[in-house]
Amino acid sequence: MIKNSESKYKDFVADRSKYPQEENGKPVIDLSSHKYTKIWQGPQHPGVTGNMSVELIVTGDEIVDAKTRVGYLHRGFEKLMERRRYIQCFPIVCRICVPEPDTNEYCVSAAMEDLAGIEIPEKAKWLRTLNLEMSRLANFLMWIGGQAGSLGMGAISQWTMAMRDYWLDLFEELTGGRVYHMYMIPGGVRKDLPDGFEEKARELIIRTRDLLYDIERVFFNNSIVKSRLIGLGIITPEMVAEYGIVGPNARACGVENDIRINNPYVKYAELNVKMITATEGDAYARAKVRYREMHQTLDLITEIFDKMPAGGEIQAKLPNVLHWKIPAGQTYVKAESTRGEHGFYMVSDGTKYPRRVFARGASYTHSISVLEKLAVNISISDLAALMVSVHSCPPEIER
Amino acid sequence: MENLIKKLEQMVDVKSFVKKREDLYFLTAREEQIIVLLAYLKEKEGFNHLAFLQAVDYIEDNKFMLTYMLYNLDKKMNLGINVFIDREKASMTSIHSLWHHAWQYQRELHELFGIDFPGSPRVKESFVLEGWDEMPPMRRDFDTLEYVERTFYPRPGRSTNDPKDYMKEKKYKNFVDSPKLRR
Repeated sequence: MIKNSESKYKDFVADRSKYPQEENGKPVIDLSSHKYTKIWQGPQHPGVTGNMSVELIVTGDEIVDAKTRVGYLHRGFEKLMERRRYIQCFPIVCRICVPEPDTNEYCVSAAMEDLAGIEIPEKAKWLRTLNLEMSRLANFLMWIGGQAGSLGMGAISQWTMAMRDYWLDLFEELTGGRVYHMYMIPGGVRKDLPDGFEEKARELIIRTRDLLYDIERVFFNNSIVKSRLIGLGIITPEMVAEYGIVGPNARACGVENDIRINNPYVKYAELNVKMITATEGDAYARAKVRYREMHQTLDLITEIFDKMPAGGEIQAKLPNVLHWKIPAGQTYVKAESTRGEHGFYMVSDGTKYPRRVFARGASYTHSISVLEKLAVNISISDLAALMVSVHSCPPEIER
Repeated sequence: MENLIKKLEQMVDVKSFVKKREDLYFLTAREEQIIVLLAYLKEKEGFNHLAFLQAVDYIEDNKFMLTYMLYNLDKKMNLGINVFIDREKASMTSIHSLWHHAWQYQRELHELFGIDFPGSPRVKESFVLEGWDEMPPMRRDFDTLEYVERTFYPRPGRSTNDPKDYMKEKKYKNFVDSPKLRR
């Protein structure tokens, strides 16, 4: 089989004499020939990837074919939303991505506001930006723990999950909920900042930054991590458009695609968001991009506190939401989640119920088409690292 | 964007064109011309990112509306293309040759809406519903409540009370509801 010249397996010469029959560069897989074994990775997940399984066909410990199987988390959210009034959709949408629910809340609120023609107050926009950035940080902390855990470095997972818990404490103070917040409702947000929130957040930013420097020393400068991640799962710039790759996965190979900069929403146009890119496109570059994103998020949270006005309205006037009829139309609202473009396509037919709500998650392509391509020719032991590296989140695949 | 629409109108039959936001436009095209339109937009106009392909069920018109959402990274512009197809024998041209990930959406639409995409790879595989033999569940005439009551029968030991009747029975037996009293 043809290897990528920059791949980490470039020195590996496979003995193909025992595994013949190649057609169009792909081996003809005949399981009854006893040359191949079929095994399932999952649905129990390695690290933080969530419940999905990858059906692998291996020769020795080398993967020759991979197919992602989902369906373990299907709860029919889109169908449920068709039978609920607009405001009743809120407890549902945040469940679409468990570690980062706020992007869903923002997209659904913004889609309803877009269809109904509601303009939200300035202060509410700032609070939404703050909430989105905090949830981005919480999810990145969870992700880097998973990436380290998939390589056997369980200590880093403990550090980052503990630090994420401190951020969840702040979420609890602000919204009342630790994991699911239901904070951004149509027309604005539910609450203003509580007393002393800013001081606690600023103190936590310093502690998080300390942790990040520790992680850089232990994780990114670690020779084992480098030898396992460099060259693993290379995404080329040509693949980006063909496979619908977005977010850090696209930015790690040099494609400047960040919705916060390209199509700014809430208050990102007034913030100093930088495009963080790399050129290598492998798992290590993706990890580096996400690490730098975490530092940027800390900067942004500080910047939001500096620029946010002290007082002001946080909620626009809405009609009675239980009998709220939204004019007929369709819209697509997207936001940059930790995994990339996260969007909601909403179609209204002028009644109290949405006609169709569709949640577009970045993992939909990353975990199926892209993972199936990247997993071929790698070793089984690297698969968990690859799954975390493309940042899969199965609940947003199945909805 | 207006120039692009003029160009497209010369090529294909653009039925309607709506500007939703500064960065979001919708146009309605004809079913037969979708491949030509998408290929042109992808190769020549830079709309090379397919964000999603989804369907909306308009049961009252006996139609499905398919939406192809494209994105242009240079112009930072979203363009949604709507196509109406017949609902009875729902079938649509596959676009798996244009985007590698398009087969996923087509597989999903085949399973959840019953729209066929002849020639699309793995379109008959199950996506989230394993062993499903009912009608495609995202169609609007699929009755969720009826399915649940038929499949998940009421188990012994469980009873359901309507809160309104329950309160009336237990607490306010002698209460006479009259508009006069309510005032």
